[in-house]
Amino acid sequence: MSRTGIIQFILFFVYVLFQVLVLRNLVLFDSAFCFLYIVFILLLPIELNTLALMAIGFVLGFTIDIFYDSMGLHAMATVLVAYLRNYWMATITPQGGYDSGSSATVASNGLQWFLVYALPLVFIHHLVLFFVEAAGFTLFWYTMLKIVGSLLFTMTVITLLQYLSPQRRRI
Amino acid sequence: MERLINFIYEYRAFLTFLLLELSCSWLVIENNQYQSTKYFNSSNRLAANILGFSQGVREYFSLRTINEELAQENANLRTDLERLHQLEQNYFPVNQDTIRVDLYDFVSAKVIANSTNLYKNFITINKGAADGILPGMAAISNDGAVGKVKSVSENYSVLISLLNVDEQISCVIKRTNHFGSARWDGLHQRYSNLLFIPRHATPVVGDTVITSGYNAVFPEGIMVGIIRKANLREETNFWDIQIELTQDFGRLSFVEVIKSRLKNEKDSLEQITIGVVK
Repeated sequence: MSRTGIIQFILFFVYVLFQVLVLRNLVLFDSAFCFLYIVFILLLPIELNTLALMAIGFVLGFTIDIFYDSMGLHAMATVLVAYLRNYWMATITPQGGYDSGSSATVASNGLQWFLVYALPLVFIHHLVLFFVEAAGFTLFWYTMLKIVGSLLFTMTVITLLQYLSPQRRRI
Repeated sequence: MERLINFIYEYRAFLTFLLLELSCSWLVIENNQYQSTKYFNSSNRLAANILGFSQGVREYFSLRTINEELAQENANLRTDLERLHQLEQNYFPVNQDTIRVDLYDFVSAKVIANSTNLYKNFITINKGAADGILPGMAAISNDGAVGKVKSVSENYSVLISLLNVDEQISCVIKRTNHFGSARWDGLHQRYSNLLFIPRHATPVVGDTVITSGYNAVFPEGIMVGIIRKANLREETNFWDIQIELTQDFGRLSFVEVIKSRLKNEKDSLEQITIGVVK
């Protein structure tokens, strides 16, 4: 396994543990959740192909499901994000393309690009997650409130973490 | 044949995606079926240990309240016991078959994980098959009904909380004796709904709602909630009743799982008589 591989392998457990030990207990106003673990999929190396992404996404979602007692729910949302990630990334390629070997961070592509990249994917993740959990549209507006609240919460934490991560910044 | 293989190879990402999503959907649907013994949930040892650690840290900050609640419960039980003792000695000397009296057995367990803000909330507790807990048993606390056991492992179990949109329990309004079902609507963790109370009943705000004991999971007379709103719309056959749950699920720390000694006998009798399989 390469160096990046080992780092990602450790990060997987860090994200899962942080999610189930800390963020599971952190719900704002009874409606805003923080599903930070999804950023693990977003930040995997750019060259990784969709098949590998989906396999990792499935394992990640399934692990989270064990702790949330929600068999298949997080796995479903995460696999969808993993499938869409590379297509979306190809659509919003910045001028000059991506650097090889990099991952999609604020440091390498700038804050604006990062928001355009992460926001729709996190939104789709939450959309699937909450509507499948609600098993229908009977609580439509309340579910939408939860989705938007969680989107703001998750995106804030994801973006803040970008500035805290110990990567060398390119100016 | 070659074209088929080419086709599959060409669309391998999409086909894998479909396959994974289908298996996820299957898992979601499977999990919604009531009562099962599955391995991949928070009752497995590793997951339960990790969640237990997290809960242990949380609990440290509420030890004082937990202590007070337990002491209060102890005092209440002593009062009840003394009263029964006096009654028995002075008025009704009891000499009955123990099977009529010991209908239920209680197993005390600690909550190691709990959620209240999802639509389908579950509670993980630290007792399992080793202590005789089986799927389908009821769990209560000092304040009232808590839920039913969904799945068990050797040392842990997962309960379906009353705060789960899939869960219904049979209840009666204590004053009028009309029975219905309590089901959560997914909105607020302190409120639930009481369904199927017929038009001719007269519930009023403040009435107590208790378990009915009809399905032999919960014993009769466990507190569920207090009626907070009761509306009767023109076109419906049933009242719209909102109840405030007496159990505050945000502060749940200990539960008692109820083993009903006669549940099997009752169920099989009902099955023979009316062909109902529960």
